[in-house]
Amino acid sequence: MFSLNRIVDLIKQPVHRTEVHLRGGVHPDEHKHESTQQPIMSLPIPHQIVLPLRQHVGHLPKLLVKVGERVKKGQLLAEAEGSISAAIHATTSGTVIAVQDSLIPHPSGLPDQCIVIAADGLDEWVDLHPMDWRQQSPASLIEHLRLSGIVGMGGAAFPTQVKLRTTPKSPVHTLIVNGAECEPYITCDDMLMRERATQIIQGLAIARHIMGVENCIIGIEDNKPEALQAMTEAAAKADFAVQVKVVATMYPSGDARQLIRLLTGIEVPNDKRSTDVGLQCFNVATLLALHRYFDFGEPAVSRIVTMTGRVNEPRNYEVLFGTPMTDLIAASGGALSGVDDYIMGGPMMGFSLPSIHVPVTKASNCIIASAPDLFPPAAEAMPCIRCARCADACPVQLQPQELYWFAKSENIEKAREYHLFDCIECGCCSYVCPSNIPLVQYYRFAKSEAIAQDRAKEAANVARERNEFRLMRIDREKQERAQRHAQKALGSKDSSEQAPAAATNTEDAASKQAAIQAAIERAKAQKAQMKPKNVEDAPTQVKAEIAEIDARREQAKQAVTQSQAQPAAQQASLFDQAPASSDANSADKD
Amino acid sequence: MLTAIWVMIGLALALGLLLGYSSVKFKVEGDPLVDRIDAILPQTQCGQCGFPGCKPYATAIASGEADINQCPPGGDAGVRALADLLGVEYKPLNTEHGEPKPKSVAVIDENVCIGCTLCIQACPVDAILGAAKHMHTVIASECTGCELCIAPCPVDCITMEPVKESPDNWKWRYPVIRIQPVAEHTTTNSIH
Ligand code: SF4
Ligand code: SF4
Ligand code: SF4
Ligand code: SF4
Repeated sequence: MFSLNRIVDLIKQPVHRTEVHLRGGVHPDEHKHESTQQPIMSLPIPHQIVLPLRQHVGHLPKLLVKVGERVKKGQLLAEAEGSISAAIHATTSGTVIAVQDSLIPHPSGLPDQCIVIAADGLDEWVDLHPMDWRQQSPASLIEHLRLSGIVGMGGAAFPTQVKLRTTPKSPVHTLIVNGAECEPYITCDDMLMRERATQIIQGLAIARHIMGVENCIIGIEDNKPEALQAMTEAAAKADFAVQVKVVATMYPSGDARQLIRLLTGIEVPNDKRSTDVGLQCFNVATLLALHRYFDFGEPAVSRIVTMTGRVNEPRNYEVLFGTPMTDLIAASGGALSGVDDYIMGGPMMGFSLPSIHVPVTKASNCIIASAPDLFPPAAEAMPCIRCARCADACPVQLQPQELYWFAKSENIEKAREYHLFDCIECGCCSYVCPSNIPLVQYYRFAKSEAIAQDRAKEAANVARERNEFRLMRIDREKQERAQRHAQKALGSKDSSEQAPAAATNTEDAASKQAAIQAAIERAKAQKAQMKPKNVEDAPTQVKAEIAEIDARREQAKQAVTQSQAQPAAQQASLFDQAPASSDANSADKD
Repeated sequence: MLTAIWVMIGLALALGLLLGYSSVKFKVEGDPLVDRIDAILPQTQCGQCGFPGCKPYATAIASGEADINQCPPGGDAGVRALADLLGVEYKPLNTEHGEPKPKSVAVIDENVCIGCTLCIQACPVDAILGAAKHMHTVIASECTGCELCIAPCPVDCITMEPVKESPDNWKWRYPVIRIQPVAEHTTTNSIH
């Protein structure tokens, strides 16, 4: 396994610093040592788990459990639906006590659908099925991953099975392992690399197998010497070649595109994906989740969360998804006096939590208890003086001052032209702006306006199509009716000629009776089969909606027949009254 | 001198032929202006503009029979876009045609509906589902919120419900510069 060649290779390729430097970027106070003094601690199982269905980027998963059901740890509660989606699993054993709207850690502060589980404290796993992934084809492994619930653990929460898919058109030749963790305060990846480096490398082996990649490069910032050493040692023991590279500490070197450039010198064009140039990037915690899923059969149920800022004991915790944030704060000794806000994510890209009564989710990498002495309230914004410091700091080389101008005047089209959607919302521009302009807030505003516009446009296109289709259908029906009339006119002429002949056949009144009966029967059958005409070309999503509506209607019908069985049923009487009230209404309107 | 004239004449002929050919070859189908106007209109098909739908209104604008400020669902942004496209002066929305409202969708009370099909006939985008004497239901994702189905319903069982804000359709607000940081603190304190 560990051949001489490999050793020679390793000696030839020692850990080395990258020569490429970040363009722009900033270097705020790191504040990382506070939370790295102690090892990762597992948080005890909470009494109640609240699992939002929306924990990832993409479609909401489809709910599979009912209230009252007993579930085991690792049991599938909601399955991925659509190509970009992720499954949700029970993170401990217990009983589903509700499926309801609850507050989630989202900047909107709006409630969303959540599964609530009362934990039984047994933490009993479902039957786990580890897999010999080396014997399986990449395609079947990716199919399996849809059931894993694994998403990007760096905070973006993009479903991992989508990122692992390669197309023959754009084969991937190099895997980048993101251990840069450049944002201040956050240390969950640092601690993970220090303590579980071997497991990360095992996860990397799986990703490498699935994507059919030879080169692997791990990128770590030079402010994490312990993690660097642990990862170098683990990489040396791997049975495949892994390079460990050090990048200079500079925010935001951990952004995937920036890190790729720092490690390989390859610039991913801003209108392309990294896979288009043969590269893919995974966070260390995501790789570890891959290892746990395939080598132990465990789906995504927990993550490492940094709890830091103004708390008694800043530290990293291994937390089950769905654990109340209050448990996490309590575990770290509680907030110090003066804490007036909690930030999820880092100080540069994070957002204020709407409340502390929200669960930890797959995207919760760091919680900062913030106080005015830590983050003083922003000074009043002044007009832009066009100093262009923001442009110097922007790692994507945008023109933040121009973008700001267009976003501020709500000129969304122009902002798009100035590459609004290339902005990674890193906050470097706001950080350096001498006028204290909250630039990123303007970009976020402009982006969500642009997205809303796009959605409205899409809806308008659908409406236009449906309207045109309807007009066409009405036209067609009119023509058909005209044709039928014409035919009938011809037909009645024929039958009037035949009628006297039939009348002379006086004997068979009974057969006539039978014919009438048959006609009635036919009409009945036709009525039963009656289908709305306007759904012929409906897309599948709409068809599903229709099926749901039909089911609901069936239920309503049953309810009505049931109530009809009982005398003086309210719903039935509503139907009976309908014609009368219709007269009254039309009178009103006239 | 003479050759120069011949060259010029030859050139003129050649270019003329080229132009003539390309005008035939690359002839634009339909009326592009109407389509471009129609692309800006919101396709609610509500008729508030005084025309039986967005396309007829677009046609009327293109032929100069209608003003650009008659579409309430399109709002101010719509008028601006039209003014931009046509190179005319922006003017505020003509409130005679109605005021912009937040997007709503129709909801049919399934217990009251008598299945008369009148709403189906009114809906411009076939967003209502049902057959004669059966209860009817609105396909929410297709409903444009035009309100045309409300008036025809003989039992008044259709209501318009504003689309609720969810984390999915939520938008970042326009940044408000903090003027009074003290007030801000009292509100954030209340969450603890
Ligand atoms: S840094 Fe601020 S003041 Fe300077 S150009 Fe950029 S936005 Fe304007
Ligand atoms: S937030 Fe956007 S514009 Fe500002 S520095 Fe970062 S990438 Fe550039
Ligand atoms: S008023 Fe209604 S029908 Fe007229 S253009 Fe606007 S959305 Fe279309
Ligand atoms: S359901 Fe009613 S409101 Fe919705 S598009 Fe159809 S007619 Fe308009």
